[in-house]
Amino acid sequence: MSRKLFPVFALLLVFAFLLAACGGSAEPAPVETVIVTVEVPVAAEAAPAAPSGSGEILSRVIDRGKLVCGSRTDLTGFGYLDENGRNIGFDIDLCRAVAAAVLGDPEAVEFVPLTAADRGPALQTAEVDILSRNLTWNASRDAQWGNFTNVMFYDGQTFMARVDSGINGPEDFDGATVCVTSGTTTEKNVAQYFTDHGWNYEAVIFEETAAVYSAYEEGRCDLTTSDNSQLYAVRTGFANPDEHKIFDFFISKEPLTPAVPHGDDAWFDTVKIVMYALINAEELGVTQANVEQMKNSDDGRIRTLLGNGDDWGYTQLGLDADALARAITAVGNYGELYDRYLGPNGLAFTLPRGLNENYSNGGVIYAPEIK
Amino acid sequence: MTNSNTEIQFKSEIPFYRDERVIKAVAQILSAVLVIGFVIWGVINFQRAAEARGMSLGFDFLDKPAGFPISNPPIEYDPSMSFGRAFVVGLVNTLLVSISGIFVATILGTLLALARLSSNWLLSRLALVYIEFHRNIPLLVLLFIWYFTVFAKLPPVKESITWTSVAYLNQRGIYLTWPRLTDAGHTFVIPFMIGIILAIISFVTLRKRRELTGKDTYYVPISLGLLVIGTMIGLAVSGWKPFWLDQPVLEGFNFQGGLRLTPEFAALFVGLSTYTAAFIAEVVRAGIQAVDRGQMEAARALGLNTVQVLSLVVMPQALRVIIPPMISQYLNLTKNSSLALVIGFQEVFSVGKIAINQAGRAVPVFALVMLTYLALSLLTSFVLNLYNRRIQFVTR
Repeated sequence: MSRKLFPVFALLLVFAFLLAACGGSAEPAPVETVIVTVEVPVAAEAAPAAPSGSGEILSRVIDRGKLVCGSRTDLTGFGYLDENGRNIGFDIDLCRAVAAAVLGDPEAVEFVPLTAADRGPALQTAEVDILSRNLTWNASRDAQWGNFTNVMFYDGQTFMARVDSGINGPEDFDGATVCVTSGTTTEKNVAQYFTDHGWNYEAVIFEETAAVYSAYEEGRCDLTTSDNSQLYAVRTGFANPDEHKIFDFFISKEPLTPAVPHGDDAWFDTVKIVMYALINAEELGVTQANVEQMKNSDDGRIRTLLGNGDDWGYTQLGLDADALARAITAVGNYGELYDRYLGPNGLAFTLPRGLNENYSNGGVIYAPEIK
Repeated sequence: MTNSNTEIQFKSEIPFYRDERVIKAVAQILSAVLVIGFVIWGVINFQRAAEARGMSLGFDFLDKPAGFPISNPPIEYDPSMSFGRAFVVGLVNTLLVSISGIFVATILGTLLALARLSSNWLLSRLALVYIEFHRNIPLLVLLFIWYFTVFAKLPPVKESITWTSVAYLNQRGIYLTWPRLTDAGHTFVIPFMIGIILAIISFVTLRKRRELTGKDTYYVPISLGLLVIGTMIGLAVSGWKPFWLDQPVLEGFNFQGGLRLTPEFAALFVGLSTYTAAFIAEVVRAGIQAVDRGQMEAARALGLNTVQVLSLVVMPQALRVIIPPMISQYLNLTKNSSLALVIGFQEVFSVGKIAINQAGRAVPVFALVMLTYLALSLLTSFVLNLYNRRIQFVTR
């Protein structure tokens, strides 16, 4: 049966080809010879002075209408969920500020929760547009992972122990068991610290931050170590916060800094400038509440910041004049942002600003001018 | 002659596009080209993407200092050693937990299968409940339960549960008094080992002779005697004190000395072996039930007792059915040990994940981890397949 059908199929195929050929030849395409002279711009002035690095991520964010923000949901104060399941926190609000500036909507953000160990690869492969997840800036990460924007929070690594553990300071650390999160700078610092002092220790290492602190709280470890701010944040979630003390010495510098993927300078600049705007706003007294009236301020710096002045270059970045004003309206200035979560009446817990005070108040939070 | 001539003529009439051999050859070549093309495209595409993102694909980081600690390394390790060394530490941990897990799971699983088949209603139902409980709950959940609700809830160090100072149990682990070789003890090892080897050889050869000739060769007393003689010589040479007892003692924050099982290891080991035992029990039960009922009845009719029926008649035949699925259970156990990641036991995968982060090399590290598991699995199934072939041969 099938053998008999074969010639039929063959015939059909041949017909099909013939028809296709006829269809093609029925209307022969008109052939014209056109001579086009193309002027190749050689001089630098021929091309607009766009920032180098294609703006690939920036245009992707705008096309998508959404910012993908690598974040966390498990650290009170920095990246966590409110009772309605909405992402909030110090790090989260930076993403909202960027979304407000670039897309005009602080809610146009997709938050991707990442563990400490997963965040590096996620940034390297540009899976996220911005990684704002209390990330420590150091040279090797800068070389391998992505571009670090501007320090959001100056922190340092320290230790936490039980009040009744008999550990009163580093002199009692020898032989201790330490709970630590894997894939962090903390993990390497603690190894270095104990080795340098010639002390014995046992490291208990988990990938999930939640596992680290529940093991510590159960008593698996004598000490746990992390950034000062993180220890404060975690302690508030303990059953009995008063039973734990956080030491007041730092063993490392942990500048927590949002980062963007390598390869797009325009995007890198955009995120940095949004941060500069939040910092400058605090210095100039622009708050979430008074943005609109400050647009007509007597101070030229404020007017430029809020887009009622000279174009400082925002058109080149694909932002509009109002972009930074929108960012400030969305989350407030740096000081308001800090106080919202970590201030005396903050949502999370109280952490003195210390180094994170604006430079005009004796801290090191300092940003270039927006002009 | 004529016959073959017509055949050739007949063939030559077939156009090449209808010749089965040509069609098959073309199909083979086409699919080969497609597959190879796809692989090459994949590799090139991947390399281009990796280059574009500035990810490096080299393995040169393996001899750079790792810088991160590993909990209770089974072999010497400190953060100044290389990534390669850290990886080996992880591998040793994987092997430790896999081998001990396989050993315990096999014994426990076999006992469970026997209980499941027992004519005692209560025993059989209890085994059923155990098996169904473990087969229907994900291993990850069981590991969390073992770690956070059992081993982490043990009393703190200063209130350790103890059994006459020989063993201590607390939330930092299980501490056992453990015999360790003294300096003179090394002279004990050689005669002792020779005794064991001789005992095994005499046991195997004499038993075989008995099976062939039917005459009693007294293989049990002879091999036991050889073992005792080897041990006595060893003891005499080492001055009757080859061991000293290493007792755990509370010093500072923790117990020192003795044999220590960390809570992480204990949770993984207990979780893996009890979980896999449920599957092994089903495999063994299937094997035993695959043996024809008549075999058991015949053996009983010959006057063999239950143990003899099992060990001489049923088990040798059941093993034929048991070994192949057993291999995959062993492989599962080895691969499942990677779930240690969540309870802080540093085996190959956990170390790999840390290395990815600290060295920034996702692709080479994942390749290394995959190759390691592949090699382990192939090695396990190779060894067990050898054994399987032997079993099959003997019974046929």
